[in-house]
Amino acid sequence: MKPAPFRYARAGSLAEATALLAEAPGGDAKVLAGGQSLVPMLNMRLVRLAVLVDVNGLRELTGITPTPEGGLRIGALTRHAELAASPAVIERAPLLAEAARHVGHAAIRNQGTLGGSLAHADPAAELPAALLALDARVRMTGPRGAREVAADAFFHGLLATALEPDEILTAVDVPAQPAGWGFVEIARRPGDFALAGVAVARVGHPLTLPSPPRGGEGEVRVVGFGVGDRPLRLAGAERLLAGATLDAETAARAGAAAGPDCAPPSDVHGSAEYRRHLATVLVERAVLQAATRLAGRRR
Amino acid sequence: MTTPSERPTVRLTVNGRPVEHVVDPRRSLSDFLREELGLTGTHVGCEHGVCGACTVLVDGRSARSCLLFAAQLEGRAVTTIEGLTPAEGLSPLQDSFRVCHAMQCGFCTPGMIVSVTELLAQESAPSTEIIREAISGNLCMCTGYVNIVRAVEQAVAARTAGARA
Repeated sequence: MKPAPFRYARAGSLAEATALLAEAPGGDAKVLAGGQSLVPMLNMRLVRLAVLVDVNGLRELTGITPTPEGGLRIGALTRHAELAASPAVIERAPLLAEAARHVGHAAIRNQGTLGGSLAHADPAAELPAALLALDARVRMTGPRGAREVAADAFFHGLLATALEPDEILTAVDVPAQPAGWGFVEIARRPGDFALAGVAVARVGHPLTLPSPPRGGEGEVRVVGFGVGDRPLRLAGAERLLAGATLDAETAARAGAAAGPDCAPPSDVHGSAEYRRHLATVLVERAVLQAATRLAGRRR
Repeated sequence: MTTPSERPTVRLTVNGRPVEHVVDPRRSLSDFLREELGLTGTHVGCEHGVCGACTVLVDGRSARSCLLFAAQLEGRAVTTIEGLTPAEGLSPLQDSFRVCHAMQCGFCTPGMIVSVTELLAQESAPSTEIIREAISGNLCMCTGYVNIVRAVEQAVAARTAGARA
């Protein structure tokens, strides 16, 4: 359980970090941020590297900054524990704070980073699903300059994303989150990856959404995790909620509509059929949470 | 520009003592503590971040020392179970574990004490549910956790009583 040998570089700047990635022999380098997914894979020799580029000292990648539009720019090195406790995140993107509370255990949340979770792209991870539900944008930089990609286009499949090997994920832009959201997951034990989970959010600027709020007048996003090779928008449920009042009846119908959009894996933890069933139940519960929060105008 | 190194130097403090070492980049913090500093109180169980036996504090926050490389710890302050143990006898938390029989084989105990230390630094009077959540990342194959939770509750009660006295 020891990693294969590699060389280590402590990057002093973002430019240096991208240069180190670009110059690694055979492109065989990886970024070390929190290391809570990468290091187990190194220890088990599922991953072997020529160079490990430690970006933990890069101030450019830190910070949670409120934007004038009501959203947030969140640095890639933000730890899950910071996300969960940040007053700005709790105020402006409460779904994201709640999702962060569900990641692993305390020691994992102290180290693991937002950027790392997105770049790793485990299909059962909470933060990718939350950011997809929030219609976030992912910012990255590399030798060809900086660019950003919508969360919708970022996740390509199992542990695969739009991030190129010589690019570094730098920040995530989260738009203002309207009232009414839900987040639920089921895991065998607290801290385990979810067997299945669902994030529900209304998308659209809070000030331009009509009152009383109705599901379809913004857009309701329903995202499943642990139910496919990446976080999945469950289109059947989203269509059903478009234009609908969020209540117990629509929640149940959205749940029933979610099943066919799921393509969950079968493994020792649960069969595909069981996970699909969980997803339908969890969609219903998450939509009910959103409806309850909307009714109480609780964010 | 920084050149990738096969033998990086790292300077950190361990239990308040400054340490400077040239390390193999793949040397985990847990192996560094045990094999290079002789601090064998940090136990190594699964080596992939699941069991919690190797939990230490880094700048006061809990971390799996098997998921950190020693080379990463430049400028950081690491506290191990040795650093949480008085020169003589036991800390009140350790004594509560002893009194409540909160261990059998003892393999998980250092990690438990470290995780609970972080909890008690953050919460003055954690509920049973919060205690259980705080130790959920530390696996114990012997006790069934009941006595560990009791030990933490008793340590909290003793601290609260001490604060009132």
